[in-house]
Amino acid sequence: MELFDLYLALFVAFFKIGLFGFGGGYAMLPLIQHEIVDTHQWMSVSDFTDIVAISQTTPGPIAFNSAAYIGYSAVTEMGFGSGYGVIGSAICTFAVSLPSLILMTLATAFFFRLRNNPWLRSALSILKPAIIGLIASAALMLVTPYNFIDYRSWIIFGAVLVASIKKVDPILLIFLSGVIGLILY
Amino acid sequence: MATIKQYWELFLIFFKIGAFTFGGGYAMIPLIRNEVVDKKRWIEDDEFIDMLAIAQSMPGPIALNTALFVGHKRRGFKGSLFSAAGVILPSFIVILLIAMVFTQFKDNQVVERIFKGIRPAVVALIAAPLLSLGKSAGVRWKNLWIPVAVALVVWQLNVSPMYVVLAAILLGISHFLYLRTKINK
Repeated sequence: MELFDLYLALFVAFFKIGLFGFGGGYAMLPLIQHEIVDTHQWMSVSDFTDIVAISQTTPGPIAFNSAAYIGYSAVTEMGFGSGYGVIGSAICTFAVSLPSLILMTLATAFFFRLRNNPWLRSALSILKPAIIGLIASAALMLVTPYNFIDYRSWIIFGAVLVASIKKVDPILLIFLSGVIGLILY
Repeated sequence: MATIKQYWELFLIFFKIGAFTFGGGYAMIPLIRNEVVDKKRWIEDDEFIDMLAIAQSMPGPIALNTALFVGHKRRGFKGSLFSAAGVILPSFIVILLIAMVFTQFKDNQVVERIFKGIRPAVVALIAAPLLSLGKSAGVRWKNLWIPVAVALVVWQLNVSPMYVVLAAILLGISHFLYLRTKINK
């Protein structure tokens, strides 16, 4: 029963993430963090940061990656076997995709009416700049004493920020900062 | 027979796209376009661009929304299930394998040192595209307060991004209604 409750809670959390996750990618991060770290405490902020790092170095959208990872780790950390973890992973992935499936099926049916629809456009007029704020909050919420241990963390942050604005490959940057972490700490 | 081949083809194309694009949604768009517009000619270019606008204005990962649209367009609802499965499966498999291994080694000293270097880099990678994304989302001096207010409310007051999204949609629509009644008078 305990396992069923956990599955249900995971399903609801990821369904919400799929339903309110406008803007895709990084814009979905604060929502995922709010549900997973703050509300349900399925993992810590630093574990969550590690998952974002893993997502950035593996193929696929961040929402799928975190759904699959959290579904597995939340179940196994409660003491259930890895087989149940795989099921948890599948449940989260399905739940995060379900709102898209429903809404895009409707959107495709009404495609010609949605094109340049003034209602849709007006709904997005404030949502679009708001999504930028969500991405900013995703970064700000990860600025914690666990992720930034000392001045060296800030040097890494500054260097990667500049390099990334200059379009250096993110996978290379993560790899390099991992090597630097190994040397420095 | 022909239809089974078409479903399989949808699955394969999106599996390939899901497996080989790192960095999520936006990185996948040119690949999807190359496959379904240039190579397969399933969709006209201007229709693809309109569809992209709708896929981006719906919640959920953009890659999934695009896959759902293309699948639906090609073979209806069932087609969208195949393209969605294709785009989801690679990240699901890869992350599940990583989760199984990583949950064992998470507390390992070497892994922890590597991640101490990576964590601030992750925050930098999220923050880096903010300026260019903000520009393309139409953020100017006059509406800069929107992303700033959103970031502060989510980061400092711990408000769920879910409510922020709802509020932004309602504000956008009521602004539209206000303007319309003003013009009608």
